[in-house]
Amino acid sequence: MIFDYNVIWEALPLYFGGLVTTLKLLALSLFFGLLCALPLGLMRVSKNAVVNMTAWLYTYVIRGTPMLVQLFLIYYGLAQFEAVRESFLWPWLSSATFCACLAFAINTSAYTAEIIAGSLRATPNGEIEAAKAMGMSRFKMYKRILLPSALRRALPQYSNEVIMMLQTTSLASIVTLIDITGAARTVNAQFYLPFEAYITAGVFYLCLTFILVKLFKLAERRWLGYLAPRKH
Amino acid sequence: MLKGYGAVILDGAWLTLQLALSSMALAIVLGLIGVALRLSPVRWLAWLGDLYSTVIRGIPDLVLILLIFYGGQDLLNRVAPLLGFDEYIDLNPLVAGIGTLGFIFGAYLSETFRGAFMAIPKGQAEAGMAYGMSSFQVFFRVLVPQMIRLAIPGFTNNWLVLTKATALISVVGLQDMMFKAKQAADATREPFTFFLAVAAMYLVITSVSLLALRHLEKRYSVGVRAADL
Repeated sequence: MIFDYNVIWEALPLYFGGLVTTLKLLALSLFFGLLCALPLGLMRVSKNAVVNMTAWLYTYVIRGTPMLVQLFLIYYGLAQFEAVRESFLWPWLSSATFCACLAFAINTSAYTAEIIAGSLRATPNGEIEAAKAMGMSRFKMYKRILLPSALRRALPQYSNEVIMMLQTTSLASIVTLIDITGAARTVNAQFYLPFEAYITAGVFYLCLTFILVKLFKLAERRWLGYLAPRKH
Repeated sequence: MLKGYGAVILDGAWLTLQLALSSMALAIVLGLIGVALRLSPVRWLAWLGDLYSTVIRGIPDLVLILLIFYGGQDLLNRVAPLLGFDEYIDLNPLVAGIGTLGFIFGAYLSETFRGAFMAIPKGQAEAGMAYGMSSFQVFFRVLVPQMIRLAIPGFTNNWLVLTKATALISVVGLQDMMFKAKQAADATREPFTFFLAVAAMYLVITSVSLLALRHLEKRYSVGVRAADL
């Protein structure tokens, strides 16, 4: 027999523990990423050149460098500075979980900001003119007209970003966390069965991806139903 | 420069570029095969193409890299004795890296190519058929040249993601820019400096590619009227 799946069967609790870690990392980084992405996306459509360029520089640098480098800069890099090691933030910055979440959140915020900005720019002009004609202030216009429809229209692209983020969380295993990939690496280190160990991790990710795709399809039907082609 | 590690890291950058360019070449070949399968009228071929693109795109690059590099090597060495090879097969990290990244990004490119092919009016292929071209000739003489223009934006994106994904190959021991930086960081205890330098190098590579591909897109779009908004 070429394959040995008994070991994997017994290691399943480890994989499910990894699944919880992966989901936790994903949820935390997406939440904080989205929180930062909203103001950044608004900055990216600003007419003020300084505001716009600042956000552009941020998204350009983050999107132009590998996630692994960003993760290493935060996890290994920051420890180089005495000031960081002695600051009150050190207990957090020396934790792999915190650093991974921080790096992932920064990364996804840049991509999401561009998605939101693109969606805002695609707003039909008539909607903006109508809002102005109704005498809405800028704040009210964003709150009532621009953001609700732009965020809805961003949903299909955002679903791609979420799936990319799910895949990105696998990098957490490089900084010692036991997520799904980390579980596979542990199993491989203990039993030297790389093929079985990683294939199992792959199946876990594949299932998660399918579930996410399904969830977003449902969300799109709920919030983007008005854009769907008419069915007879 | 960089405490004497500048040259070492530049060496690594050259390897990174080689890795990225060769993997992209392989990915283009696999992407074309993948899209030919997916658009094929033969049911099971189309299904095979869909399977390739769906499975690969649903699994993280890192897992695929670990799976193909360690798992593939392990599997080779389990199967080889059955076929009469007795020596231990050791994969070269660069070759394995090119194979892995090419295989992964072939799936992404097949998706990009599919969108581009589907945007070409049907009449084009039909006209080719009417001239008596074989479906192979129609594919390479009529469809591919037109597809290139439509595929450039997606291709640019795939190339940038691929370039950044090369950093992951350092995890399986390829001595690319990232690997060299990690070594230098451990030796000098100045990780921030070296990872920042590597980040800057990647930013240079991605910026130059972005400019070059934008130029290419302009050249391929000569003769196509842009929508006047």
